[in-house]
Amino acid sequence: MENLQKFSAEKITNDLLPQKFGPRGKIWTASLLVVAAFGAFAYVQQLRKGLVVTNMGDYVSWGIYISNFVFFVAISLVGSLITAIFRLSNVPWRTPLTRISEMIAVSAITFASLIIIVDMGRPERLLNLFIHGRIQSPIMWDVIVISTYFCISLLLLYITLLPDIRLMIIAKEKLGKTFSKLYRWLGGFWKGTAGQEKIRDRSITILCVVIIPVAFCIHTVTSWLFATTYRPGWDSTNFGAYFVSGAFLVGAGGVVVAMYVFRRVYKLEHYITDRHFEKMGRILVMLALLYLYFNVNEYLVPAFKMKKEEEAHLSGLFAGEYAPMFWFAIMVGMVIPILIVVFRKGRKPLPMFIAGVMVVVGAWFKRYLIVTPTMLHPFLPKYDAPARYSHYFPSWEEWAITAGSLAGVLLLITLMARLFPVISIYKTINDHESELPS
Amino acid sequence: MNDQKSRREFLAAGLLTTLAVACNSKKSPFPEDADVAASGEKIKLLSVDGEVIEIDKAFLKPVPHMPPVSNTEARQGIPGKKFVMVIDLARCKSVKACQSACNHAHGLQHGQNWIKVYPMQDAEKTAPYWEPTTCMHCDEPPCVKVCPVDATFKRQDGIVLIDSDRCIGCRFCMAACPYSTRVFNWDEPELSDEIKNKDYNAETSMPQKRGTVGKCDFCADMTRMGMLPHCVSACPNGVFMFGDMIEDTVTNGAETFRFSELIKDKSGYRLMEDLGTKPSVYYLPPVNRNFKFEDGIKTDSTEKKS
Repeated sequence: MENLQKFSAEKITNDLLPQKFGPRGKIWTASLLVVAAFGAFAYVQQLRKGLVVTNMGDYVSWGIYISNFVFFVAISLVGSLITAIFRLSNVPWRTPLTRISEMIAVSAITFASLIIIVDMGRPERLLNLFIHGRIQSPIMWDVIVISTYFCISLLLLYITLLPDIRLMIIAKEKLGKTFSKLYRWLGGFWKGTAGQEKIRDRSITILCVVIIPVAFCIHTVTSWLFATTYRPGWDSTNFGAYFVSGAFLVGAGGVVVAMYVFRRVYKLEHYITDRHFEKMGRILVMLALLYLYFNVNEYLVPAFKMKKEEEAHLSGLFAGEYAPMFWFAIMVGMVIPILIVVFRKGRKPLPMFIAGVMVVVGAWFKRYLIVTPTMLHPFLPKYDAPARYSHYFPSWEEWAITAGSLAGVLLLITLMARLFPVISIYKTINDHESELPS
Repeated sequence: MNDQKSRREFLAAGLLTTLAVACNSKKSPFPEDADVAASGEKIKLLSVDGEVIEIDKAFLKPVPHMPPVSNTEARQGIPGKKFVMVIDLARCKSVKACQSACNHAHGLQHGQNWIKVYPMQDAEKTAPYWEPTTCMHCDEPPCVKVCPVDATFKRQDGIVLIDSDRCIGCRFCMAACPYSTRVFNWDEPELSDEIKNKDYNAETSMPQKRGTVGKCDFCADMTRMGMLPHCVSACPNGVFMFGDMIEDTVTNGAETFRFSELIKDKSGYRLMEDLGTKPSVYYLPPVNRNFKFEDGIKTDSTEKKS
C-alpha cells in the first residue's frame, strides 16, 4: 500500500477501528431490521398455515426459496476465493479485501442454511436428517459440506480477527464500553506471543488449504441436487463446473460492491485504493468470461440437438415466457459487466460498483431461471392437476421471506462491520511496516 | 406357521367366519372363548386343512378386520411377492372410474390425483390415445435414491411407499420422479374424524399429513388381503391388470392372463425405458382398440385442461 507510507501505526488503527453508526448507518440498519422482521412475520404465517401460503404446486415444487438458497451458497463461495486462493498464491494486495469477503461468506452461508429450512414442509422434523439420515442422498451431502464450510469460514474469520480483537481491547477508551465484554470474551486470551502467532499462522494456512476443496464441494453438491435428476435443463454433466464458476463470479461481484460501500462509508480511500478496484476488475472480467463460457456450453449444446424434452424448456428461455428474464440475466449478469470492466476506465471504483451490482442482481435472477422453468417442463404433460400449478409466480409470503433473508445477510454483514474492523488492522500495519524503507 | 396363518386369513376373509378351536397361536386375533355354552346347533365349515368339519354355532364369531400392520411390516412388504401392473391402452376411453375410486379410497384432497389419464399423442401424425398413469413402482426408483431420511422406500414385494410420519417435506423425490406421480400436501388435509385420528399407515397412505408427499401406493393394504387395488376393480373396461410377477399372473377381476404371455403377445412396454428406472407398470399398445379416442373426450371435457 504505497500511499500509506506516511501513515503511522496509530493513524491506521484509528482509521480502521469499528465506528458507531452515523445517522445513515442507523437508517440503513433500521430498514434492514424492518424488512427482516417482515420476512420473519411471513414465515410465522407459513409455519401456521403450511406451505400452502406459497404459490408452489405439484409441478413447480421448488420455487424461489430454492433459487435463493442456491444464490446464497454461490455468493458465500467468495470467502474461499479471496482469502484462501489469494493467500496461497501470495497475492500481495489482498489484505483489505479478505475480512470483507469472509464476512460475506459467513453471513451468506448462515442464511443459506436458514432458507433451506424455510423450504421444508416439516421443519420440526429437521432432526430426522440425523436420526434417519441416508448418506446416499445428495441432500445429506449438502448438509455435511455446508455445515463444514460454515465452520471453516467462521473459524477463518475468527482466527484472523484475534490480533484485531486484542487491539480493540487495548483501545477500549476510544471504543466505549458497549462491546468490551464481548471482545474480552472472544479474544481476551490472545496476547500475541510468538507461540500464539505460530499456532495462528499454521491454523490459517491449514484452513485455507481445507476450505478450497470444501468450497468446491458446497457448490458442486448444490448443483447435484438438480443434476442428479432426469429433468431437462438439469440433466447435465456440465452442472458442477457451471455452478462453481457462477459462484465465483457472483462472489467477486459481491466483494466489489462491498468494497465500494465500505470505502465510501468508512472513508477508506487510502486503504481500498483504485488499484484494488483495478485488480478486482481484471478478476471479475476473467470470472464473467468463464461463467459465460459455461453458459454457452449449458444452453447451446442442448439447443443444437433440440431433444423433444429440452425443446419446450429451451424455447421458453430463449424466446418464450422466460425470455426477458433470461436475456436480462445473460446481458446484465455477464455481458454488460464484461463490456464495462474490460476497459481500463471501467475499472475505476464507480463503474466497478455498477458492474458489481449488475453481476449480483443478474446472478439472483439466473438462479431463479435455473430452478423454475425446468420444473414447468416435466416429461409427461401437465394434466389432471389444478390449472394454477401450470404457472409459478411467488406469493407475497415468498417474496417477503426472500427479501427478509437478503436483508438478514446484509444485516449480519452490517453488524459484523459495526463490531469488528472491516480491514485487518494488524495485517495492514504489518504489511505497512514491511514495505517501509529500512 | 406363517404359511398356515395366511391361508387361514384367506379363508377367514372369504367366509367371514372361522374356527375358534383351530387357533392355537398366541398372536391369534381370534382368542379362544371358554365361556360360550354350546347351543347344540351345528354348522358345516371347511377347515384350514381342507376338510369339511362341523362346529357348534355358538363358537362362531365375526372376523375382525385386518389389524393394521406395524411400520416395520409395512416397510418390509410381503415375502415371496413381486407385484406388477399391466395397463391395456387399447381398452381405455378415459372413463376415469379408476381415478375417482382411487381418490375416494385414499381420501385425496381436492386437486390431487394419484392416477392421471393423459391424452397422449406421440407425434404429429400418430394416433392419439388415453394413457392412465399410476406410480410406476420402479425397481430403480429415483425418488427412493434421493430421499435424505428413508421416508420413501422400496419393499421386497416391489411396492414403493411413503412414511408420512418421517417425511421432512423437502420434495426432492418430486423433482426426481420423471413420471410426475407425486403430490404434496401443501395445505392441512381435510379428513373425516375417523381417518384423522388413526395412526399413519404406509400401506393405506392414510391419514395424509400436511407438509408431506403422497402418491399411488398400489393399494398395499388391499394386496396384503389378497384383493385387487381400487383402480383395477373400478375400471368398467378392464384396462388395469394387477398381479404377481412370481406367479406370472395378472388379472383385472374378470379375465386372468399369464403375465409373460400377455406382454409377449401384445408387445408390452414400459414408460421411459431409456431412463433406467425399471418400472413395475407395463403398458400394452393402443392397437385394435375397443373405443375411439374421441369417445373419451366427452368424459374428459368436464376436466379443466392445463
